[in-house]
Amino acid sequence: MLTGTDKIKIEGLSKVFSTGNGDVEALHDVNLSIRQGEFCCIVGPSGGGKTTLLRILGGLEEQSAGRVLISHQDPRKPLNSMIFQEQSVFPWMTVEHNIGYGLRMRGVDRRTTRDTVQYYLAKTGLTRFARSFPHQLSGGMKQRVSVARAFANDPEILLMDEPFAALDEQNKILLQEELLKIWEESHKTVVFITHSIDEALVLGDRVVVMTARPGQIKANVPVELPRPRSVYELKATPAYGQLAYRVWTLLRDEVLHAKEEEEAYSR
Amino acid sequence: MSEKAVAIREVESRGEARVRTVHAPSRPSTSKAFEHALSLLSPLLLLVIWEILVRVGLLDSRFFPAPSGIAGTFWRLVSNGVLLTNVGISLQRTLIGFLIGGVPGVIVGLSIGLFTPVRAALWPSMGALYPIPKIAILPLVMLIFGLGEQSKWAIIAIGVFFPLVFNTVAGVLSIDKIYHDVGKNFGASRLNRYLTIALPGALPLILAGVRLGWGTALLLMVTAEFVGAKSGVGYMIFQAWQSFSVEQMYVGIVVISLLGYLSFLGLDWLSRLIVPWRTGPFA
Repeated sequence: MLTGTDKIKIEGLSKVFSTGNGDVEALHDVNLSIRQGEFCCIVGPSGGGKTTLLRILGGLEEQSAGRVLISHQDPRKPLNSMIFQEQSVFPWMTVEHNIGYGLRMRGVDRRTTRDTVQYYLAKTGLTRFARSFPHQLSGGMKQRVSVARAFANDPEILLMDEPFAALDEQNKILLQEELLKIWEESHKTVVFITHSIDEALVLGDRVVVMTARPGQIKANVPVELPRPRSVYELKATPAYGQLAYRVWTLLRDEVLHAKEEEEAYSR
Repeated sequence: MSEKAVAIREVESRGEARVRTVHAPSRPSTSKAFEHALSLLSPLLLLVIWEILVRVGLLDSRFFPAPSGIAGTFWRLVSNGVLLTNVGISLQRTLIGFLIGGVPGVIVGLSIGLFTPVRAALWPSMGALYPIPKIAILPLVMLIFGLGEQSKWAIIAIGVFFPLVFNTVAGVLSIDKIYHDVGKNFGASRLNRYLTIALPGALPLILAGVRLGWGTALLLMVTAEFVGAKSGVGYMIFQAWQSFSVEQMYVGIVVISLLGYLSFLGLDWLSRLIVPWRTGPFA
């Protein structure tokens, strides 16, 4: 049952992939509730099933067991939009067509689409590149398009899969700040996957730590840092340092565990 | 500026990037102009040598008439309108045949690429039918469609169909899975995924198929006009053989080669127009 302020409730979720070398359990009995309007960051060692969890939430993958409950309040709005890790902006569409993609696909009228696209072009600093093709843009610009495309679709939940992982440090900070700014306006529910503790603390209301494969929820760490946040000011506070240390101690064993597994496998 | 001077200047200005970048480009651009001139001059030189060899009697003018003679015949056939009429007829046949074969080729290719049951059903037959030389079935096609335009359209269509199917399938399969995920996640319907992802994603390879198909179409057009036509460039060449007007035969060959060249330029232009997100010669 979804209760009160819960937007997403994950119960006993498991996922097994069948591969040539037998079955691989990616997720094992995952239980998690995410509140309406919460910015929830999930960290965990790589290969621990974080992306699988997100893809199940996004409807791109079927779970093997358990269930996911999501309250869909406004049936006129799409339930979720994803921002992917890799290059996912359509190379054959201009920036503005990419951003308006979701709106066009669900038949929103031209005028609203145009206005919304204009708005998010301006928000992400891409107005000048509205008619450019993605190959003319830098990696950071392309991820801005991806972010704008998801926000313009106006979903109830945003699902982000390490969207800034491939960017250099400076671009990453810029994009994190921009993301926070856009998010503050709408306070949509966000599930944000990352392997970076810094990123999780800078962005999230809560950091969920996952175990090595098969992925389980290890701990919930509330991030009670004031908003609106500025990435570097935040990092200078002692509270931030304590939180980062706490998350790292939780994560450390899992990372070592994942490493051992990997070495055992390659041997 | 000579190469030597540039080299000296580069040595002198080492460590001073600005001066180097100002002067260095003059070398590549000179050599580029030279290459350009060379690519224009060498065919001309070849023609001049040919002309001389015929005039001094080293080449048999019955089989290799002098370029000046061919040019004269060319001009005569242009001014009396015979050449343009026949080129027009041939182009029309090629184009109609190309569309009859090419459009279904793309549609079948998209379906095979997107839907595994369709692939299972059609792929083996495609593999079995493709290697049959199209010229081998020309008599059958003429038997079915007669000696009129239909048989020409049909043989060209058959020849064009296969390269477009194969290239479209390859194009669809080359699309990164993530774009299909985006389409699904953003609620695109099946038809919309066809139109906004599969088709544009496959377009660069479809265009490569159009190039291959167009080459095949020209080849089959000439062949079909050899055997059962009273007009067209192929007919002109064949008729020239029957009446032993060798110069006219050469005119026909030159025209076909020009057609091929010009259509490749046209396809380059078309590629830039419809796949502006790709750059490079085989966009």
